[in-house]
Amino acid sequence: MSRAPLPYSQKILDLFRNPKNLGKMEDATVSAVAGNPACGDMITFYLKINDQDVIEKASFESYGCAANIATSSIVTEKVKGMKLEDAWKITWKSIAEEIGGLPAVKFHCGILAVGALRRAIRTYYKNKQATPEWLPKDQTFEEKQALEEEELAKILSKKMKMAEEK
Amino acid sequence: MIENVKELLKAHEGIIREVYLDIENSSMVPKEIVEAMLPYFNQRAYGNPTLTHKPGWEAFETIMESAQKIANFIGCKTLEEVNFTPGETEANNLAILGTALQMKEKGKKIVISEIEPLSVMHVAEMLTKHGFSVTKVPVNSEGFINLEKLKETVDSETVIASFSMVNHEIGTIQPIKEAVEIVKDKNQEAIFHTDASDAYGKIKLDVQKLDADLVTISSYKILGPRGVGALYVKEDTKIERIIEGQIGTQKLWPGIENTPLIVGFAKASELAFQNFEDNVNHMRRLRDMLINGIFEKISDVRLNGPKNEKRAPDNVNISFLRCEGEALTIELSLSGVYVSSGSACTRRLLQPSHVLIAIGRIFEEAHGSILMKVTRYHKDEDINHVLEVMPKAVERLRGITGSTGVG
Ligand code: FES
Repeated sequence: MSRAPLPYSQKILDLFRNPKNLGKMEDATVSAVAGNPACGDMITFYLKINDQDVIEKASFESYGCAANIATSSIVTEKVKGMKLEDAWKITWKSIAEEIGGLPAVKFHCGILAVGALRRAIRTYYKNKQATPEWLPKDQTFEEKQALEEEELAKILSKKMKMAEEK
Repeated sequence: MIENVKELLKAHEGIIREVYLDIENSSMVPKEIVEAMLPYFNQRAYGNPTLTHKPGWEAFETIMESAQKIANFIGCKTLEEVNFTPGETEANNLAILGTALQMKEKGKKIVISEIEPLSVMHVAEMLTKHGFSVTKVPVNSEGFINLEKLKETVDSETVIASFSMVNHEIGTIQPIKEAVEIVKDKNQEAIFHTDASDAYGKIKLDVQKLDADLVTISSYKILGPRGVGALYVKEDTKIERIIEGQIGTQKLWPGIENTPLIVGFAKASELAFQNFEDNVNHMRRLRDMLINGIFEKISDVRLNGPKNEKRAPDNVNISFLRCEGEALTIELSLSGVYVSSGSACTRRLLQPSHVLIAIGRIFEEAHGSILMKVTRYHKDEDINHVLEVMPKAVERLRGITGSTGVG
């Protein structure tokens, strides 16, 4: 419960102040809500995907910290024009690097952004009832760290109880 | 990472008005207090107060006079009851640990509340590894300790009960006198400690009337320098030292006394207590101006802690729904308003403030909580500046949250 020093990078600060691709996308092909079991933050990812499985545009909303806003923003910029297969391969580490590094206590914020993207991609194929062979059958680490709303609510109430008992 | 911080600081260039409200976590030391301290670094009293030369005797005189001033402000019988420590964290540790060591043959039970500061809570929890038990008395939705539960909890095994006089996060003024009576009624030998860091200089505090055995007071919370605090130890109350070394004028804390800091603490006390009523009324007015202004200008906000007379005159703690607290502290900082948050995102273990959880706030409410404290130095213009900046900051972040949120 102690505080952590947070020397955010210039890039994080810039994207926090002027996030790119912010807001709900009315004509999205797919969206995914993802919650962070660590801190309770949530994001929503919106993707517009064409019939070549290429992401035409992406946007996000974030109920989270500055690191989360910045990493989400950078992910939406990065995936624009990418094939889903390539977008899937983006790692949270590469995002963290691109953003000038994340403080250790904030790794989960970047993981959440990538997890939400993958959740959206998986949902897209599920809706299409298709399974490309590059798509891992089992949930990846990042997806597991990006919970659906209900799961998140459950974990948070457990966490609150634990904190209470402590 | 130091480079990052330089950039962060650069982003603040051009700020015209700055309002610092994070007194909970550190404070600015007003010029008059710094000036009072300055001669004691190198002009006089720089000696060791236990040694037989002029600078030593000067230091002795200075420390005793400072202790006497503080002793007068809190109504001590003798100035020996004031024990300087390097801060309230150390004073709280000394109180809990020192009592446990002293009383370990008499019992093994420690009683605290769910909303104590970490310097009480963590040392009590640490003692559970050494055969002690800790019972936490619950609090209600405004943070008041349940006195009935306290009565049930204190028994012959209890060695120490510790409750803050004023809660450091939500400003609840506890019925501390009643708590002392209950504890002593149930067990005459149990030691009563109160962390009065947020009470000293803000509400009336008379240790003899209160009849507590141990009372922590803090320098920086009344705008004195950091690095000094004190533990009042009632005459004839025995506690053990928790660190050892060369003992000088301070029986309970070894090491060379830091005379300039002690002078600063005494000066800060003087300033807080001269015109005490005016100071308190001023803080209370600004506090309410800030709370009411926020409620008028911003929707979906919650006040954490009680209202009016039951709340510390300086404390404002408000939850902004759909707005994450850490992000809000950064956004406000970029506009020159400096505050802190109880959001999980600001914590090492990513747990929200234990105080907000204990008063029954849901995760989301803790997530967007902001803590502010006003001082006698703040002006109406400062509060107006906050009230101008805050709605914009909250609105922008709520825009980022959009429809996302824990439902
Ligand atoms: S701390 Fe929660 S997403 Fe960053």
